[in-house]
Amino acid sequence: MTSYEPMAQVHRLRRSRATRAKTALKKAPFSAWFGILVILGYVIVAVFAHWIAPFGETQVFSEAFAPWSQQFKLGTDQLGRDMLTRLIYGARNTIGIAVATTLLSFAVGVSLGLLAALYRGWLDQILSRAVDVLMSIPSLIFALVLLSIFGSSITSLIIIIALLDSTRVFRLARAVGLNVAVMEYVEVARLRGEGPKWIIAKEILPNVMPPLVAEFGLRFCFVFLTIAALSFLGVGIQPPTADWGSMVRENATLITYGDVTPLLPAGAIALLTVSVNFVVDWFLHATSGLRDER
Amino acid sequence: MKGSGPGSREKGKDLLQIRNLHVEGFSDERWHPIVRGVDLALKRGEVLGLIGESGAGKSTIGLAAMGYAKPGCRITQGSILFDGTDLLALSETGRRRLRGSRIAYVAQSAAASFNPAHRLLDQTVETVVAHGIASREKANRSAVDLYRRLQLPDPETIGFRYPHQVSGGQLQRAMTAMAMACRPDLIVFDEPTTALDVTTQVEVLASIRNIVEEFNTAAIYVTHDLAVVAQMADRIMVLRHGLTVEEAETRQMLASPSQEYTKTLWAVRKLAKPEVPADDYLLTIDNVTAAYGRAVKVLQDVSIKVPRGRTVAVVGESGSGKSTLARVITGLLPPLSGSISFAGQALSKTLKARPKEILRRIQMIYQMPDNALNPRQTVEEVIARPLEFYIGLKGAQRDRRIGELMHMVEMSETYLDRLPAELSGGQKQRVCIARALAADPELIICDEITSALDQIVQEEILKLLMRLQRELGMSYIFITHDIATVRAIADEIVVMHQGKIVEQGLKSEVLTPPHAPYTERLLSSVPEMDPDWLTRLLASRRM
Repeated sequence: MTSYEPMAQVHRLRRSRATRAKTALKKAPFSAWFGILVILGYVIVAVFAHWIAPFGETQVFSEAFAPWSQQFKLGTDQLGRDMLTRLIYGARNTIGIAVATTLLSFAVGVSLGLLAALYRGWLDQILSRAVDVLMSIPSLIFALVLLSIFGSSITSLIIIIALLDSTRVFRLARAVGLNVAVMEYVEVARLRGEGPKWIIAKEILPNVMPPLVAEFGLRFCFVFLTIAALSFLGVGIQPPTADWGSMVRENATLITYGDVTPLLPAGAIALLTVSVNFVVDWFLHATSGLRDER
Repeated sequence: MKGSGPGSREKGKDLLQIRNLHVEGFSDERWHPIVRGVDLALKRGEVLGLIGESGAGKSTIGLAAMGYAKPGCRITQGSILFDGTDLLALSETGRRRLRGSRIAYVAQSAAASFNPAHRLLDQTVETVVAHGIASREKANRSAVDLYRRLQLPDPETIGFRYPHQVSGGQLQRAMTAMAMACRPDLIVFDEPTTALDVTTQVEVLASIRNIVEEFNTAAIYVTHDLAVVAQMADRIMVLRHGLTVEEAETRQMLASPSQEYTKTLWAVRKLAKPEVPADDYLLTIDNVTAAYGRAVKVLQDVSIKVPRGRTVAVVGESGSGKSTLARVITGLLPPLSGSISFAGQALSKTLKARPKEILRRIQMIYQMPDNALNPRQTVEEVIARPLEFYIGLKGAQRDRRIGELMHMVEMSETYLDRLPAELSGGQKQRVCIARALAADPELIICDEITSALDQIVQEEILKLLMRLQRELGMSYIFITHDIATVRAIADEIVVMHQGKIVEQGLKSEVLTPPHAPYTERLLSSVPEMDPDWLTRLLASRRM
């Protein structure tokens, strides 16, 4: 063997992460662009709510159910709070809680699911049967029961919805994890003597990311809807905190008089849901390796 | 479509004429040429062998003979005349009418081509009934006749089984029966025996050849195995990079290939190394018995000694327990009884109980580099991990060692940034070897590591392993079913059959007669580069 001389400058073929992201964005279809822009818009509104909103979140004016006017762009609600302001703060509260809930449910569901997939045996049995039990109870009713036991503070709301949602994440993570756990590169890692932390984080997780990210987008929408539904039922986010679900409920009577104002928070939920799904669709299409036949 | 009576089947008339065929495939956002102007002519009853390394375009030409291009491929130029009609000028419906009835296709993996939910018989007669050539009863009777001619066991009833209930070789023959069901004029065989063991391969080759002769069917036989094509084809066409290198009658081609490239193909099988007797033993396996669950014992009373710095080849057909042996040695499958000692110390039965240092000294290389490399890790990450994990190398030291390892496996450092999908099969296997070497092991278990590669690449990998052994003094356990590989690299041979050792010893002892009966069968089943080999073998077995 000739002696080894390190190359002075290794020519890097792989493009950096940033340039790859840029080329991917350049090729994104219109729907994905639309979704990204809408989500960005929501995030900006949520983060800068304090500066954007014309009034305070709980500031009450004398006139309830005021019509749209110069002062109150979208009128006021049943207590005389500015609708536009409530809508803007609602973005912060509702989206913030939804993101926290989804992240928590994925942290729990994915780690337990991949552990079950890796070890199988009794660990898998215990976790899977426990999940079956949780899933056998309709989640909305179960959430109602738990919330009335623990009280509907924002923390308990997040934890309860996250745990109930993590059952579905667990099932998905376990199913996709099982396919990867039998691959030879996982066996190689086990033969090397790697612990479960490395195997899950470095060998399995990167290979199950596409379905999980897609599921993340969908779950996010569902959490969003669950919170809206719970708020609508009165056990979700408690007044005077603004959130879109309760805004629909509290002002629902206006619809009877032909006023579309209560539909605006509902529309805000719908638009975000559609946008998130556009982005998820694009991501799925880009990572699944499916090619359009030409 | 009917009325192809015996008169139209005389040998000698032109059946298929492909002129100036160009096919392109779509990848990395653009169209790449796969076939670049190939001419081909086939007469009735003639068998043409297409050979070449992977990527030569041989399967693509095989499919193009049916007027078909795989999804992501397109035929851009040329004409394909089948019995006077231009397939490319026909409508898709017109082509579909021809496929199955007059042109049939036999794929490499019969297991993947059969629908697991339907019985063999129903699938065999499906095209006949669909094309309206015969009634179901008549088709069923003729299918049974075909099964008999293809020498399938219990031809009357085998059709009522499901695909998973028959063996791989039987399934491949059933697929041939399916192709034959309409008595086509042309059959395209795409590597029909590549996935089979040598012992099974012989039976399938013989029955395919008989039936093709019997019905005077023309065939295109795609393979990368020269010895196989020598048995099957009247004429051989050598392809490389989508171009014809050379075309000639089989005997002439074997005796005197004219092109340089063809000569290198022919020379591949001549790699060999002299055996060196053992002087010190590294691994000793004593009376090991192992089973999955409580069921059938996969290994029975197996004892093997692996000398230091030598290669022990473990040979046998699939199901003989070769790979299970590897699992027992690595600790993935704790044996029921028996003991293993490594470098003088008893080896714990389970993986968990083994210290990191022992794990480092025994490394494994797998058959499919695609599955053995994490698709999301770059070459650098793959090789760096054992260095960090076992030896604790960091920073510049680690980078230097990675460079050395790449150099050892004869790869440029420009590949360090690539993902496995951006490498060829041979390069992936080199990365796997580098990963094993990174641990600085004393024993490497190679599980069929060359069987997924084509011959030229196989040879390069084997040469690399032999050189590394000379330089670094590791022991290899080489699990394989390929006798040519064994001849090339082994010092000692262990022949396994149904979980038991049939014969073991130095290479020269095992390979020279007298053999144990199973060894004899295994050795005689290895195709030779002599066009009369199969005929002779069948004659001698029938006696």
